[in-house]
Amino acid sequence: MGEAIVITSGKGGVGKTTTTANLGTALALQEKKVCLVDTDIGLRNLDVVMGLENRIIYDLVDVVEERCKTHQALVKDKRFNDLLYLLPAAQTTDKSAVTPEQMKKLIDELKQDYDYILIDCPAGIEQGYKNAVAGADRAIVVTTPEKSSVRDADRVIGLLEKEEGMAPPKLVVNRIRHHMVKEGDMLDVDEVAAHLSIELIGIVADDDEVIKSSHNGEPVAHNPNNRASIAYRNIARRILGESVPLQHLEPEKDTFFTKFKRFIGMSR
Amino acid sequence: MKQSQNVVIKGTKDGLTLQLNDKCAYNELIEELTEKLDAVTKKDEDALIKVTVQTGNRYVTEEEKEELRQLIRQRRHLVVEDIRSNVLTIDEAVQWKEENEIVSYAGRIRSGQVLEVPGDLLLIGDVNPGGTVMAGGSIFVMGALKGMAHAGCYGNDSAVISAAKMMPSQLRISGHLTRSPDRYDEEEITESECAFINEAQQLVIDRLQVLKYLRPDLSTFKGGF
Repeated sequence: MGEAIVITSGKGGVGKTTTTANLGTALALQEKKVCLVDTDIGLRNLDVVMGLENRIIYDLVDVVEERCKTHQALVKDKRFNDLLYLLPAAQTTDKSAVTPEQMKKLIDELKQDYDYILIDCPAGIEQGYKNAVAGADRAIVVTTPEKSSVRDADRVIGLLEKEEGMAPPKLVVNRIRHHMVKEGDMLDVDEVAAHLSIELIGIVADDDEVIKSSHNGEPVAHNPNNRASIAYRNIARRILGESVPLQHLEPEKDTFFTKFKRFIGMSR
Repeated sequence: MKQSQNVVIKGTKDGLTLQLNDKCAYNELIEELTEKLDAVTKKDEDALIKVTVQTGNRYVTEEEKEELRQLIRQRRHLVVEDIRSNVLTIDEAVQWKEENEIVSYAGRIRSGQVLEVPGDLLLIGDVNPGGTVMAGGSIFVMGALKGMAHAGCYGNDSAVISAAKMMPSQLRISGHLTRSPDRYDEEEITESECAFINEAQQLVIDRLQVLKYLRPDLSTFKGGF
């Protein structure tokens, strides 16, 4: 019996979909059987970020309305050997096409076959959010170190804490720009964590490579050397129960020694 | 036939006290009250006399109270000061209890959440920006107050708001309102503060210690040290 984790944020554009794609990839790299579920019906993106867009035949609404079997709608990620699947959202209808009860039934069914179900939640706290949260056992709240996004995360955490049978949500602080934090133009991680007062499960630096890899449909977590990728892999390990210390956010300086280490393959 | 008196009128230095029998029928009572008032009313009296009505163990509804007031007020020189009854309905008693008790809540009020209590509120935790706490009485926040607090929200000017870290987005007491400065320096706020309405009817923030003198009612502790 697997575990369903909803990835949510309240605010849009903070990196829910990117986080879902990368955590899914990172968990699959740890030999876990993972199913990603996109609940952003009408504005689906997860398939694009995963590079699986043109393999979609059926979608979530088809499954819920029993136009196909669940396994028929699942899109396999070819980069893994039978470990990572995606259940895409429908694009032609909207959030009201499914109900929380239907979602719960679907997620419960998926939990039989997979170790982890990652549910990509749409922005907002309306129907789409309720659908996404319905079947989840625990939640990861993604926020960026900006006031607006922290405010919305606070709202969502308040709602999540009211959900019955849900473990306390965990926090991912995404897209941290070290130089701006240092200048005091951005909240630092400690401030965000203290404000929201939930357990911090990961911090991810803002990295161009993340955008580039989403553009190419290949989650950055495949890249073993990128700092954002390492952050996502660490979060995956923490989800699995390992205790991994948080990364330093300072970009590494290219000293002779690091250059040399990279040259001989000891470092990136 | 000698009837026992249903209405007893007593004169005190504060005015008249009408003691109404609580055993007889309401109609009889009204009848006798009218008669007696007619008897005592002096046409040439100018000075106003205050009247306190005691209804004993009879429960008087709001309409009945109004009728009594009406009846007494018709005599030009009589003013109804108060109608006192020994009895309360359970609903009234519960309401009274709620309005006079301190409700405590342990937890954090997050953005979008509203916590409202009829009496005083003791919050063991923070109020985050965007969160709201409301109380019919006073509000005491043990943590940081960064959201909105509305004390005395049913119109009680003597209510206060206190917080260990007072950095609210807005404070309201009864019908008064104050907005915070646009920026707080969290390091600068080191001591507990309280907000209240001063003599000039302004909502002000001061050190917590001043409350002892401004709102002595807050101390309910009786006993010797």
